[in-house]
Amino acid sequence: MTPLIIISCYLILLFVLGQVSGKYFRGTTNDFFVASRSIGPFLLLMSVFGTTMTAFAMVGSTGEAYRIGIGTYGKMASWSALIHSACFFFIGIRLWSYGKRFGYKTQIQFFRDRFESNAIGVILFPILVCLVIPYLLIGLLGAGSLVRGVTTGAFPEFFSETRGAVPPWITAAIISFVVLSYVLRGGVRSAAWANTFQTLVFMVMGIFAFVIISIKLGGPTVASQMADPVKMIRGDSIPSIQFFSYCFIPLSVAMFPHLFQHWLTAKSAKTFRLTLIAHPLFIMITWVPCILIGVWATGAVINGVPVVPAGVNPNAVLGIMVGKLTNPLIAGLVASGVLAAVMSSLDSQFVCLGTMFTEDIVLHTFKLNRLTENQIIWIARGFITLIVLITFLLSLANPVQIFSLGVWCFSGFGALFPVVFAALYWKRVTRAGAISSIIVAAITWFYLFRESGYGINRGYLIADAMPVVFVFIACLLTLVIVSLLTNPPSKETLNKFFPKEL
Amino acid sequence: MNKKLLGAKEGVYILLILLFFVHQDFWFWDNGSLIMGFIPIGLMYHIGYSIVAAFAWFLAIKYAWPTHLESFSEQGDDPTSTTSEVR
Repeated sequence: MTPLIIISCYLILLFVLGQVSGKYFRGTTNDFFVASRSIGPFLLLMSVFGTTMTAFAMVGSTGEAYRIGIGTYGKMASWSALIHSACFFFIGIRLWSYGKRFGYKTQIQFFRDRFESNAIGVILFPILVCLVIPYLLIGLLGAGSLVRGVTTGAFPEFFSETRGAVPPWITAAIISFVVLSYVLRGGVRSAAWANTFQTLVFMVMGIFAFVIISIKLGGPTVASQMADPVKMIRGDSIPSIQFFSYCFIPLSVAMFPHLFQHWLTAKSAKTFRLTLIAHPLFIMITWVPCILIGVWATGAVINGVPVVPAGVNPNAVLGIMVGKLTNPLIAGLVASGVLAAVMSSLDSQFVCLGTMFTEDIVLHTFKLNRLTENQIIWIARGFITLIVLITFLLSLANPVQIFSLGVWCFSGFGALFPVVFAALYWKRVTRAGAISSIIVAAITWFYLFRESGYGINRGYLIADAMPVVFVFIACLLTLVIVSLLTNPPSKETLNKFFPKEL
Repeated sequence: MNKKLLGAKEGVYILLILLFFVHQDFWFWDNGSLIMGFIPIGLMYHIGYSIVAAFAWFLAIKYAWPTHLESFSEQGDDPTSTTSEVR
């Protein structure tokens, strides 16, 4: 019961913070969608970091380290340390400058202008939405799984089918409501405020859980000695080609529409500087404790009994370790930290989908230019609510393991990297090249996703490499070949995006 | 060596490319040694890698910062900044 009280207090605190931040909302679409481009370095860092880290970073990484060992850090976290910041540096700052100069609020607006094509928006919108929804599911599933783990036995009379634990659907419903409460109030500005608070919470709580668990296991040295030695090396658990091919996954941040929106909120290019340096360090601070807890779980024994029973779902490992090795108060605090990681991603994704729908579909496609600012904001709010409802309903199906779902979602975005890179750096890329490469990437991705049993086959590789490599190559080749075979963009467009000063 | 061929900016880019390749640390693949008694060396390497990556981005800011993008962004008026208040 205690963990549930702590979690409830945390959610109430977040709700209140959301309402306070909403008071700073200026009531304009520009403020709702891009915070009037006024966000400073610290808020940008926290909102970008909080957005990229979700249940995947805490629940998923612990489970994956339990399953395959320490290689989990190298294949995801340290690649991200290099490549995320590279995307911010080479893609993010440049897109921000175009966004500020030409008033963009969504990725699609940029692509539509750059490729002189409305069709590219029509094609990209459903693809981006379909890729963001699994990302949202990662959050809801991770939160549900964790709360179930820490509340086991709390309500035996109400939830007998979950051994007295709060069922995941209730957790999903509550956190969706809390996130909606502040996102609908102040848009991306409220999301940035909430992300800052939540990022601090999940980073501190991750370290806290690590320290308490290591003490309970007899100190970090004893905990590491008890761990399965196979999980303390990479060995055969990750083929070297697969390990390398994971570098394609973090390229996804260059195409995340919700990250694009956070980039646009920056006050100036200099605002990015803190994010570039601190993001790799924050990844390390968040991931290392979870990886160690995951590998310790492979051998952790208390009074001769394994802490984590054999055959357990990897998603439940963090919850079990926290639940069994700490007291209810700490379990509640750590669970709040995981919820913070989850919600700091959900909020940005909800705002982003609302923005895209409003700007790219309603205002652009239907030419509803006579709408007032207030009406536009309410359309965005309506679509955000609809997306939350759809995601919640999908989460009830309890799809595949979080890590696998996350990797497929990131693969889709990562495979589209050539499109955004070419749009920024290659004058010769054409509308036909961009459109055909997006279609080819989508078809290839879906084919391979289906071949993997829709993510159920976690070990699905092609020639020992991650499927994203082949989707990426298909996208890149199509982009280059079709662009070279078709007429170059107009001089007007090239002068707009590649003036002499760039 | 010609200063133009290898300035600080190019040096930063070379460092970043080097970092890309040294990620594949096959030398610690099967090494189970523990650093400080509890951190597997394979994990410790990648912790160090993350710190070096952060330093590399510090150098990128110092020596390869795209100042031209700042001035480019200021040249045009952001049409979205003139939106009216909600009643």
